[in-house]
Amino acid sequence: MEIANLPISPSHRAKLLSAGYTTFSSLSAVSPSQLARDLNIALQEASDILKVVSDITRSESLHGGNAILKGAQTAWDMLSEEQMQKRITTGCDDLDTILGGGIHCKEVTEVGGVPGIGKTQLGIQLAVNVQIPVEYGGLGGKAVYIDTEGSFMVERAYQVAEGCIMDTLDKFGHHRKVILDCQEQMQPNSFLANIFYFRICSYTEQIAVINYLQKFLAEQKDVKIIIIDSVTFHFRQDFDDLALRTRVLCGMSLKLMELTKTYNLAVVLLNQVTTKFTEGSFQLTLALGDSWSHACTNRVILYWNGNERHAYIDKSPSLRSASAPFSVTSKGIRNATSQCKRVRMM
Amino acid sequence: MANKLISQMGLPPSIANVFAARNIMTAKDALSLPEFELMTLLDMGLDQVKSAVERISEIICPPYQTALSLMEDRVRLGGHLPTLLRGLDDALCGGIPFGALTELVGPSGIGKTQFCLKLSLLAALPFCYGGLNGRVVYIDTEYKFSSHRMVEIGKNSFPQIFQSEGMAQQMAGRIIVVRMSSLPEFMERLQQLKFTLIQHDVKLLIVDSMAALVSGVNDTSTAGPKQHLLRWPLSFLKSLAEFSRIPVVVTNQVRSQNTDEAFHYPFQVQEKDSSKNFERLESHLIAALGIQWAHAVTIRLIFEAHSGVWWVGERGAVEILLACKGGHVQHNP
Repeated sequence: MEIANLPISPSHRAKLLSAGYTTFSSLSAVSPSQLARDLNIALQEASDILKVVSDITRSESLHGGNAILKGAQTAWDMLSEEQMQKRITTGCDDLDTILGGGIHCKEVTEVGGVPGIGKTQLGIQLAVNVQIPVEYGGLGGKAVYIDTEGSFMVERAYQVAEGCIMDTLDKFGHHRKVILDCQEQMQPNSFLANIFYFRICSYTEQIAVINYLQKFLAEQKDVKIIIIDSVTFHFRQDFDDLALRTRVLCGMSLKLMELTKTYNLAVVLLNQVTTKFTEGSFQLTLALGDSWSHACTNRVILYWNGNERHAYIDKSPSLRSASAPFSVTSKGIRNATSQCKRVRMM
Repeated sequence: MANKLISQMGLPPSIANVFAARNIMTAKDALSLPEFELMTLLDMGLDQVKSAVERISEIICPPYQTALSLMEDRVRLGGHLPTLLRGLDDALCGGIPFGALTELVGPSGIGKTQFCLKLSLLAALPFCYGGLNGRVVYIDTEYKFSSHRMVEIGKNSFPQIFQSEGMAQQMAGRIIVVRMSSLPEFMERLQQLKFTLIQHDVKLLIVDSMAALVSGVNDTSTAGPKQHLLRWPLSFLKSLAEFSRIPVVVTNQVRSQNTDEAFHYPFQVQEKDSSKNFERLESHLIAALGIQWAHAVTIRLIFEAHSGVWWVGERGAVEILLACKGGHVQHNP
């Protein structure tokens, strides 16, 4: 690594370069007091700079993970890790199938659709399904729900939790012992108690909460999913400087990806739609622009196909583009039934 | 929250001074910039910048609640205005929710204003009769509010209350009607409303109708400028609803949709071609005010007339098909 890339303040960097220190080896032999004299800075600052340099050189020579490159993993190790990961079921079998079993941990999934298609419903369903105990095939984790629009209806979450518990107990009806063990966990109230709800009222708070999550997740070890509903709302309202908006969104998406890898959880972002003029006509597309579309790992679009709700995998490194029908019932997201009532007006 | 001053956040003085010297006064300024840019701007090391940003974020971040405590709050403080239409109340888990924006959509003449009149009455009723015992602010943009009709509804639905002397006067006296017809006027009044709501114990806010305000604006008839105009009133209404924990009901018009306008995703193009001829024969009605507005409302109630007859007395033959937003679709006979 070059001096020019050191994470120290620009004025110190400029002083180092103008004093003739261009490589790390030139800094390795110098003492703090000599450096302070050469650069004309305080002794404490000089020793800070030397500390940063020695940290970097030390970590580069450590063998972490793989002997060839620090911090790398072989593809085989990653594959075995991935196969051991459980997926978060969405409640609808067809949807789970096209998602490869469900929502993956360690990945950022973006879900977008027109108003009324069921994005918030899917968000609430995932917040409930992540809590299905390990004995019943779930992850037994907690959920963080970041609400930017105020669309989280807690009574609906209660209904969905009840529906989920009922269906899970039905499926495992013959395992009497398992049911008795998890009796307390399988109550709608305890499911509600494991959903951490943040209400965000501006984009500053949205950035702040994502920064704060690093500390929050270190304390709450069991969180397995973060749902942001919706990631677009404040960014469409308050921003006039679009270049700044892109930079802020980029920073946010990088932080979210880091969170998924560090804490081994899934991040689901709900997005709105807008119209775009391409190829001579207006088409629907997800909001926030083309640069944002690179931010997520997987992208799922929910849309109306005639009278039925469908989900389409728009972008994914490993899943095939496919669509699957689903429906929203009083119990939550379930398989599509043959007759689905769709309201005539949009 | 976003405009909190950095100087008041308890950062170490040396760091706080550097922020101030570079004119980064509020948390919003600090958090809008990526960390590397901050580092360059403030001339501080990355570690220092990171810890300062962490501290600012922690202070700005709103406190969290578990969904269970949200539920308990709602039960304790009341979360809904019951409409007394059993199917509707069941589907909405109790009634029109507090703290959220509810939209009524339907063609003209279907009964949206009547529904609003009924809701105003319900909110004005005392607790013992199932009401919210509070004032109602009714913003009337189309000059449709009929106090005569409202008293008639009251006398027919709650005869026992309206029989007694002075009750009609008291109930009607709680409903404050404001007439306005232009968007700038609306925006100005909204600002004043913020204080009125708290001071005068207002329990329900109705805007009838929102679309009329926008359609009066003399702009070229593209969707773009109109949606932009609504951005601020929209977010203000939402925040009003949430901070004062009252229901806000807004009515919307419908307009007919050109089939050419039927928007599709790029991957849907092929399907569209095959059914193109069939679609041209029907003309769909869609709600006015555009897609961005539709994203922002929490509950959308769509009124449709199925039997051809609507509004026969109080429990009319209007079928209310519950919209897909906010709950599952349910058909009410």
